[in-house]
Amino acid sequence: MTSDPAETTNLTQATPPRFRWGRILAWLGLAVLLAMLAMGLVNTQRGPVLVGQDAPDFVLSTFDGQEIDTQDLQGKVIVVNFWASWCKPCEQEAADLEAAWQDYAPGQQVVFLGVDYVDTEPEALGYLQKFNITYPNGPDLRTRISQAYRTSGVPETYFIDRQGKLAYVQIGPFRSLAQIKGIIEPLLAQ
Amino acid sequence: MKMRSILVFFQVMTLLFLSTNLVMAAENTPWQQDSVPRLPTDDEVNAVAKQLYCPVCENIPLDVCPTLACEQWRGLIREKLAAGWDEEQIKTYFVNQYGDRVLATPPARGLNWLVYIIPPLAILAGVYFLYRAFSAWKKPADQLEPEVQAPAAGAADEYAARFEEELRKRQANTFKKGES
Repeated sequence: MTSDPAETTNLTQATPPRFRWGRILAWLGLAVLLAMLAMGLVNTQRGPVLVGQDAPDFVLSTFDGQEIDTQDLQGKVIVVNFWASWCKPCEQEAADLEAAWQDYAPGQQVVFLGVDYVDTEPEALGYLQKFNITYPNGPDLRTRISQAYRTSGVPETYFIDRQGKLAYVQIGPFRSLAQIKGIIEPLLAQ
Repeated sequence: MKMRSILVFFQVMTLLFLSTNLVMAAENTPWQQDSVPRLPTDDEVNAVAKQLYCPVCENIPLDVCPTLACEQWRGLIREKLAAGWDEEQIKTYFVNQYGDRVLATPPARGLNWLVYIIPPLAILAGVYFLYRAFSAWKKPADQLEPEVQAPAAGAADEYAARFEEELRKRQANTFKKGES
């Protein structure tokens, strides 16, 4: 006794495999979501911009109303200092940075830019006045600049060479004026 | 004469109405417009601050954050409130200065929409799958659709007969080995 092959064929034809759009869309949505999560994780794990890489360009809107585009400063050494008025270690290096700026300003080969990170304007202006800081300073609007440089805090200082490459990164405050000059001099000699 | 008294009555009523409105308007004048500006209270400052997060101290709302940076931010909120800014204006100012990430509730635009869409969708999907699972459990066995075609009765008998025959042979062999 065996089953009728014709009957089996009819049964198979009676329930054709359905094309399940809902299931496909659900899996597709899950895949997209996971891809986005992965991209977010990769972004957060990228770490800081590395020495030798192209330094991110940015436009700094200074407290006195200037717009400084780093693309216009190519061929010069750029010193980008991230600071905040609430940051106590920033105060340790403020005078040395200003002294270095005063030394290099006449030569016009070195540009100092202060980027005020997550700060309030009255306190920031008070800080600049307190330490007699005269090089261009401006707020990090929407924290775009610090995000581009993937900073980990303040103070942090990024030295960009004449070719627009990141040449040195100082995490934390400088110990002395000599230390700042010791980083800038080789870059000027290039 | 009658007409005149009616006119006088309406004039008196109008004056009364206007003077009442003036008194009420004076009582309801917002504090910002007082001759002596009132400083916002801590509660008013914190009502705005709790909707903001400082990027320096992540995951701590601004109203309870103890750092100097957050203290400065609260001071700024107080200044803006004293200047007559409302909650939305202050939040917009902070977003323009520090970015969307300072907001406790992300604005519903761009990829932020996912934050609002995914949790309800996940809950709905969960409810649907649970419903499917519970429905399957409740279904009596006789109502379940046969997934595999049952073998014909004759085929089962044939199989059982062969099986019993095989068993008998094995038992006979075992008995013979025991005797020898």
